[in-house]
Amino acid sequence: MASPLRRDDVAKVAKLARLTLSEEELDQFTEQLGQVLEHAKDIAALDLKDVVATAHPFGLINVVREDVLRPSLDRDAVLAMAPDAEEGRFAVPRILGETP
Amino acid sequence: MKSARQISSDVRSGASTAEAEVAASLAAIAAKNDELNVFLFVDEEEALRTARGIDERVSRGEQVGALAGVPIALKDNLCKVGVPTTAGSRILKGWLPPYNATVVDRVIAAGAVAMGKTNMDEFAMGSSTETSAYGPTRNPLDPSRVPGGSSGGSAAAVASDMTPLSLGSDTGGSIRQPAALCGLVGVKPTYGLVSRYGLIAFASSLDQIGPFAKNVEDAALLLEVIAGHDVMDSTSLPENAPALVARLNDGVAGKRIGLVRELIEGADEDVVNSVNQAADALRDAGATIVELSIPELRLGLSAYYLIAPAEASSNLARYDGVRYGLRVDANDVAAMNEATRTAGFGAEVKRRIMLGTYALSAGYYDAYYGQALKVRTQMINAFQRAYLDVDLLLGATAPSVAFEFGAKTGNPMMMYLSDVFTIPTNLAGDAAISVPFGVGEGGLPVGVQLLGPGRSEAQLFAAGRVLELAQAPS
Amino acid sequence: MTLPEGWELVVGLEVHTELKTTTKMFCGCANAFGAEPNTNVCPVCLGLPGSLPVLNVRAVDLAMAIGCVLHSTIGFSTFHRKNYFYPDMPKDFQISQYDLPINSGGYLDLLDGSRVSIERAHLEEDTGKSTHLGGSGRIHGADRSLVDYNRSGVPLVEIVSGPDIRSSAQARAYASELRGILIATGASDGRMEEGSMRIDANVSVRKLGEELGTRCEIKNLNSLRSLHRAIDYEAQRQFELIGNGGAVRQETRHWDENLGETSTMRVKEEADDYRYFREPDLVDLVPDEAWQQRIRGSLGAMPADRRRALLARLDNPTSSQLDALEVVVDLGFDELVLAAIDAGVDASLALARAANELAADIDNIANLTPDAFIETLKMEQSAALSATQAKLVLLALLHGGGDPRAIAASKGFEQLSSDSLGATVETLIAEHPDEWARYRDGDEKLAQFFIGQVMKVTKGQANGKAVISELQQRR
Repeated sequence: MASPLRRDDVAKVAKLARLTLSEEELDQFTEQLGQVLEHAKDIAALDLKDVVATAHPFGLINVVREDVLRPSLDRDAVLAMAPDAEEGRFAVPRILGETP
Repeated sequence: MKSARQISSDVRSGASTAEAEVAASLAAIAAKNDELNVFLFVDEEEALRTARGIDERVSRGEQVGALAGVPIALKDNLCKVGVPTTAGSRILKGWLPPYNATVVDRVIAAGAVAMGKTNMDEFAMGSSTETSAYGPTRNPLDPSRVPGGSSGGSAAAVASDMTPLSLGSDTGGSIRQPAALCGLVGVKPTYGLVSRYGLIAFASSLDQIGPFAKNVEDAALLLEVIAGHDVMDSTSLPENAPALVARLNDGVAGKRIGLVRELIEGADEDVVNSVNQAADALRDAGATIVELSIPELRLGLSAYYLIAPAEASSNLARYDGVRYGLRVDANDVAAMNEATRTAGFGAEVKRRIMLGTYALSAGYYDAYYGQALKVRTQMINAFQRAYLDVDLLLGATAPSVAFEFGAKTGNPMMMYLSDVFTIPTNLAGDAAISVPFGVGEGGLPVGVQLLGPGRSEAQLFAAGRVLELAQAPS
Repeated sequence: MTLPEGWELVVGLEVHTELKTTTKMFCGCANAFGAEPNTNVCPVCLGLPGSLPVLNVRAVDLAMAIGCVLHSTIGFSTFHRKNYFYPDMPKDFQISQYDLPINSGGYLDLLDGSRVSIERAHLEEDTGKSTHLGGSGRIHGADRSLVDYNRSGVPLVEIVSGPDIRSSAQARAYASELRGILIATGASDGRMEEGSMRIDANVSVRKLGEELGTRCEIKNLNSLRSLHRAIDYEAQRQFELIGNGGAVRQETRHWDENLGETSTMRVKEEADDYRYFREPDLVDLVPDEAWQQRIRGSLGAMPADRRRALLARLDNPTSSQLDALEVVVDLGFDELVLAAIDAGVDASLALARAANELAADIDNIANLTPDAFIETLKMEQSAALSATQAKLVLLALLHGGGDPRAIAASKGFEQLSSDSLGATVETLIAEHPDEWARYRDGDEKLAQFFIGQVMKVTKGQANGKAVISELQQRR
């Protein structure tokens, strides 16, 4: 059964998801994901153009909070979690490319 | 092992002490954890300290709460301050949350004693606890078999008498299925009944936290404590926790209960037998059993395996090595993200992230994710139509009793099929309870499932109680 | 900079403004500029595992206020996740609004009478801030970056204009007018230099009558001047490129204020796939009629209205009066000036003092009560104070408040009564008989001579007009 998914689709998706896949994994995932999507064909084929997606199952709307201060975390606790920190900030290796 | 209700009553009356109960729990854990791999972290010192505190307050005549002195196990996707919380993943190895999940605050306020964190499928993605980065958990009833998943550790903790109560999470069946495989009561509450603040997210529109217990009353007790509105969760229902224990003995006389074909078809024979026997028991207690077909339920699996991975792919993006958890260094930050996530996530998590990313990507959104959301509406409507005719629905929880390790790991689809009976409830946002009923292949327990519309927990517990009583030795 | 005949500049602006709320968009951390790094953070705005967003109602109120003044349709809206990886984004997705924004459509009328359409104005959360180490401090050539999440989760409204703008001057006018509105609604403090208002410009050129040209996006312009200059530069660059037979590449460019040029940041080879989907942790926003009414009712007058109100009080305003009027509205002094005019102060005087003296000490404007302002100007108007003296009193009031008469007295600005002034004038007339004779015979210039003499004697405390009045009485 031909997978609805092509190998380079999977490779592109891996890049988007910041995952490195080995050649073997690429093949394996292409097949496995293809199977799941094959199953999903029964959904893709349905005529649901008049159906609206449901947001909250019990129709909650307008859940808001007042603009009132709450305690922040202690800075030391925050930085203690950091894999690398400097001058009170989280340190990361250089960023290639500006923010989208 | 004493029930939670009994423990709490004894501690409050002085017939026992919290410290003694906790010590017993610690002993049970010490005796079996190496073999079963239930707890990833046992918080011994803190548990004893908490227990002593409770005993002091009891001696001073202070209020100590409905779960006073009751040992409880927490699934490792629930945040607790200063306690290693891994979600069963390498990528969070050693991470100590700086805050408590709301449910953790609530059980502590009720006097329960958190014994530690239990093993689970990585990021709750699985039905056997075999995808945990920290090894599988063994079913206490037969250690060559899985306890179910993803809350396998929490189920095993109660089934092995380490604690009378535990908390798990259920996104596609991850409380109910392990409950069934371990012979326990497990509940997936109405979506929004229990706050998700502090639950490490898998699929935001499906996740709910719920109780494991040996009996219906204990499960009700725990759900009463954790349920109710939380300002920290925008999807949390506005009302307070419902009264459940008080209504446990409401019975089912006059109720109409639908036996759903799609919630039994494909199940093993022993499971089908149990469901039919459960139907008989409910009938004997005065309910009318109606045979129903809800064909829309068949679409549930496909819809779920598009919606859940899609949301998960986004929820798990934050694990990028920048702020906490594992970091694998590289020359630039994108490469660091990639190296970290590749090393930190297991194969099932990667699979689902990929599936979800694909389902959301440009050009495929409408056909996959967009369609799945609409199918969800169809299922909600189908359930609502059914509930015009009946009060509750009955079916199997899992297609079989506990299976052997490795039996379903060869092919992802095989594992996904374990959830076929539980998934529809998550998609609808409704409530469901799994109650042990009868014995199946190899003497292993079978769980039957009762489903109800949103906010029907009291009815579900009452029906569960009927089933429980029907099996009580006469 | 204008393009040659037959060519057209097409500009659309995206303005991001931070909202002036006490707390962030989805959590209770302080929304404050300049705090120590990572001191205003919590599980929610840090994106810790298990955290969930809860919407700040004031952010919604302010977004609706903006929609009102931009004549947008305010309606049912949802939040979406915009998914992409970047270290200043704690969740690696941004909660924003996609196909159902809170405000759709609308327009903004500019001073020159032109109208710029608004496509949408929606809510979203801000990101953290990174500083780059090594290299020039800019991202290229840096070894590593440091991230501060204090700004992460600050509420933003993004206002997207239609591609209606046809010149850099118009772009500047649009941004200026928009800024005035944002300040007037209380939505923003408009401090571009602090980053609370940031502008991206989409610029393209085309031959009149032809299809829209390929556009470039110039990001993060943080002053009106930069906006103006960057558009001019970019228009020129694109025009020359096309003229030399080249083609404009669709890309994001960065404006360098020092070099005065734009440069490539990123080439958009393929559209970014943000995989937008509805945010499952938030519920829908339904701004019902009652809510919208409340917002509408709470709005004060917008700059355009306030300009009109002042204009109505002026007869044939001179161009310097019009300039003063703009300054006064821009600085928010229009109500003071209106109150003064209504109390009988000459409009021109009130405008001048507000546009000059008050403008010199904006930060302390709260020390000046309307009554004090009016009283001071009345004293000047009645010649009880000279212009110089009135200005000094105003300065003193701004500095520390108080009562104008008391201040005047403490500074020794004696109210020169008619009598004492008259006596001074008579003495001087007696001392300068020749000059008096010439004045009496009609030489008006000598009035200045006598004013000068009076000023010498009174140490500058006389009122010129009053002196003239005394002279004329004795003619």
